[in-house]
Amino acid sequence: MSELPTELRYASSHEWARLDDDGLITVGITDHAQEALGDLVFVETPSLDADVEAGDACAVVESVKAASDIYAPVSGVVVDANGRLTDEPELVNTDPYGDGWIMRIKAEDPDLIEELMSAEDYEHMLAEEEDD
Amino acid sequence: MRQDRLIFDQGRPGRRAQVQAPAASPDTGDLPPEALRRQPPCLPEVSELQAVRHYTRLSQKNFSIDTQFYPLGSCTMKYNPRASNSLAMLPGFLQRHPWAPAAQSQGFLACVQELQEMLCTVTGLAEFSLTPMAGAQGEFAGVAMIRAYHQARGDSERTEILVPDAAHGTNPATAVMCGFTVRELPTDADGDVDMQALREALGPKTAGIMLTNPSTLGVFERRIREMADLVHEAGGLLYYDGANLNAILGKSRPGDMGFDVIHINLHKTFSTPHGGGGPGAGAIGAGERLQGFLPIPMAGRDGDHYRWLTETDRPQSIGRLSAFMGNAGVILRAYVYARMLGAEGMVRVAEFATLNANYLMSRLRAEGFQVWFPQRRASHEFIISLKRESRDLGVGAMDVAKRLLDYGYHAPTAYFPLLVPECLLIEPTETETREELDGFVDAMVAIRQEARRDPELVQGAPHRLPVRRLDEVRAARELDLRWTPDA
Repeated sequence: MSELPTELRYASSHEWARLDDDGLITVGITDHAQEALGDLVFVETPSLDADVEAGDACAVVESVKAASDIYAPVSGVVVDANGRLTDEPELVNTDPYGDGWIMRIKAEDPDLIEELMSAEDYEHMLAEEEDD
Repeated sequence: MRQDRLIFDQGRPGRRAQVQAPAASPDTGDLPPEALRRQPPCLPEVSELQAVRHYTRLSQKNFSIDTQFYPLGSCTMKYNPRASNSLAMLPGFLQRHPWAPAAQSQGFLACVQELQEMLCTVTGLAEFSLTPMAGAQGEFAGVAMIRAYHQARGDSERTEILVPDAAHGTNPATAVMCGFTVRELPTDADGDVDMQALREALGPKTAGIMLTNPSTLGVFERRIREMADLVHEAGGLLYYDGANLNAILGKSRPGDMGFDVIHINLHKTFSTPHGGGGPGAGAIGAGERLQGFLPIPMAGRDGDHYRWLTETDRPQSIGRLSAFMGNAGVILRAYVYARMLGAEGMVRVAEFATLNANYLMSRLRAEGFQVWFPQRRASHEFIISLKRESRDLGVGAMDVAKRLLDYGYHAPTAYFPLLVPECLLIEPTETETREELDGFVDAMVAIRQEARRDPELVQGAPHRLPVRRLDEVRAARELDLRWTPDA
């Protein structure tokens, strides 16, 4: 079973989001997502200062199997992107909730992070997908 | 089988093709000195026999339709009849210079013109141009024509192309290359495009939609007429990706479904050599609205005389896509194939392609493999998912694909379409026998047994090929394709 930290919020498109003390929201992809994608060979991080709407495709991860869009879980401005992923895309595989983070967003309304799923709900969703 | 060295590493300085024959010293007397090479070109210095052995050995390691079942989904790896090859290589065709005047190319021009007409008949479109050199170029031409059409009408607000999420990756790439923004459409539970999402996406920004029918999910888009009406009402046009035309050849026509422009991969449906990056042919057909925008040159006919249509005949054309008129040899092979089949034969192609796919799907399902759309009849291809095997045994689609190579089968398309986890997209084509299909099912069953008994065996496959499992991550990250001499 993949790891699901309870302090994070989750999007149905398999991103996680965390509201940090500085008010910014850090975003990455879940352990389940990295496992499904397999070994990453390339990460296209979002452009800095880009205005994103929740649900916008704003980054790309590419593995030996597939290329996949990463969607902004909240609306706001991208203020930081994980530059290490350019040379070390494997960080998303080895540490999806830590060094493998993808971007940080200054949200229009940080409280909207609460509208994303809890770890429990996301786990539920994964179980339902599994039953298909 | 041993690892072969690169041909560059097999040479010795000064070694030549004809070892014992006296070397002719080239007479360069009438060339100006500045045009002469100062150093010999950096080519392998090997004997003729070394070169022959090297490339023969490499060819023996290859998987090809002439040696193996090749069920690569959405690629239509069918047998290419030898007759097409030998007729395309008649001296009159082979030695025709592309700049030869039309008066000396009447035979070739007649073949091109007749193939254009046959493709119109089989697709229900008004006119065809055979100039695109590959499928991707055909796609590019089609979407460029949609763009030119809206521009010619002064309709500059149409900036979006709709593409279903099951589409080939080339579709969104083409739309972007032509300057459009891509809007993705979701698929419903039965594998059709989500009609509600289509209605919501359509509007004054819609330039068109790109569809493959049957889709890459291996099912026929059943509400295509309704979709065409909706797109047309919104002012958009419909582009048909011909990748899967084999399934409906002679049975139903994209023109009748409402498509305005289509490309056909002659190297798939019309059985010309395929794979390895070319040469291909992405013939492009258009209905009345887009006809004038077709790329030139096309073959035209004035009475008994054939000639090339140019800018003068087609002032609205999107222009030329290559120096000449497409891949002549490929076009000729497709022409011979189409003439051999005739209208009756084309129907049988579609029927047998579909029958083979459904037979293979039913047998795999009976053996307990998970068919992704069990409620739907397959078109010419279908999807199985190895999600359960991956979860329970740790043996996924890639492992099974690699192990199939050990059994002498080229792997089906793996991990595409992206919507289906751990999937194999399987397209047997009409040219395989029932015995061959049964052999493939036996191999799949045997591999699953191996996966239960000894998963590491399958995870480590292939075992019987010249090279073992390749490091795909490293291959993608550290591209090294160019040989350079040691300093």
